Amino acid sequence: MTTSTVKTASKSAYWAGVRDGVPFIFVAGPFALLFGVIATDAGLTIGQAMGFSVLVIAGASQFAAVQMITENAGIAFVLMAALAVNLRMAMYSASLVPFLGSAPMWQRALVSYLNFDQTYITSIARYEARPEMTVPDRVMYFLGVASPITPLWVIMTLVGILAGTAIPEAWALDFIMPIMFLAMVAPMLKSVAHIAAAVASIIVALVLVDMPSGTGLLVAAGVAMLTGAAVEAWMEKPAA
Amino acid sequence: MTYSAVEIWIVIALLGVGTFLIRFSFLGLIGDRPMPPFVLRLLRFTPVAVLPGMVAPLVLWPAATGGQPDIVRILAALATVGVGLWTRNVLWAVFAGVLTLYAGLAATGLL
Repeated sequence: MTTSTVKTASKSAYWAGVRDGVPFIFVAGPFALLFGVIATDAGLTIGQAMGFSVLVIAGASQFAAVQMITENAGIAFVLMAALAVNLRMAMYSASLVPFLGSAPMWQRALVSYLNFDQTYITSIARYEARPEMTVPDRVMYFLGVASPITPLWVIMTLVGILAGTAIPEAWALDFIMPIMFLAMVAPMLKSVAHIAAAVASIIVALVLVDMPSGTGLLVAAGVAMLTGAAVEAWMEKPAA
Repeated sequence: MTYSAVEIWIVIALLGVGTFLIRFSFLGLIGDRPMPPFVLRLLRFTPVAVLPGMVAPLVLWPAATGGQPDIVRILAALATVGVGLWTRNVLWAVFAGVLTLYAGLAATGLL
């Protein structure tokens, strides 16, 4: 990709991203595999299941959509539910603005297409830890993180389609994703305000768990962000 | 399933476009225009505000056990967070979580 104009620094940022993205093949792989299995079970063709993984690339919403299609929910409801699951990514999009806002439009569009939980959280952690990164480096790092995950997501969907139901439940693949997300978030809990936000997020999400797909999480995230910001502002106040 | 092939493709196409627009929303439209400090402060908490809430129900009421709390999964989650906080390292945290999960599943399977 535009190697002639990319400086060495950006190249090394790209490879740093690749390195940090590689571990996620262990979570994206099983998750995509499961999607392939479930989509095939539901009666989707290979093309349709692959269409989901290539055009949507948002695991949880893909599962939600296929689930509702098998239940014969109306198209509008399927779309609303699946898009609600993805609304958290609007928050991701907003929080990337201070770091990537001045990148060229096509790069911001490319980053947006690849902006899912793993790429987002890995990149934002790096941007926060290294405020001196240039914008081109940040873009290259993001693309680096996406590089191992995205093709694997597509390939493992295909493997899941072809392997069908041959994957034993005893592997507990369902729980690899929660472990991965917890592992990503724990090191980011670097202040009392961050911990307060996380606790608020958990409590509100559990209380609102019966709200329609993803909407409870949005409320929880909003409350948690306000909690974190309030605690941080309060702690910054000079002790008078 | 009563969906026709065309209907499924409509869902895929619209979900793909809609998801892209959600992801593109702020990053695409705001660009490098400055945002108010209060908003920036809120946004800094995005990852720790979204992911714990997303995972908590999966930990307490996993679909794989029919929504029944499962001590092995809860222990695996605690091990992940504990080691993550302690080492500040994603890979060690994953390792601890996966090890606890499979050790626990093996133990409960044997006992």
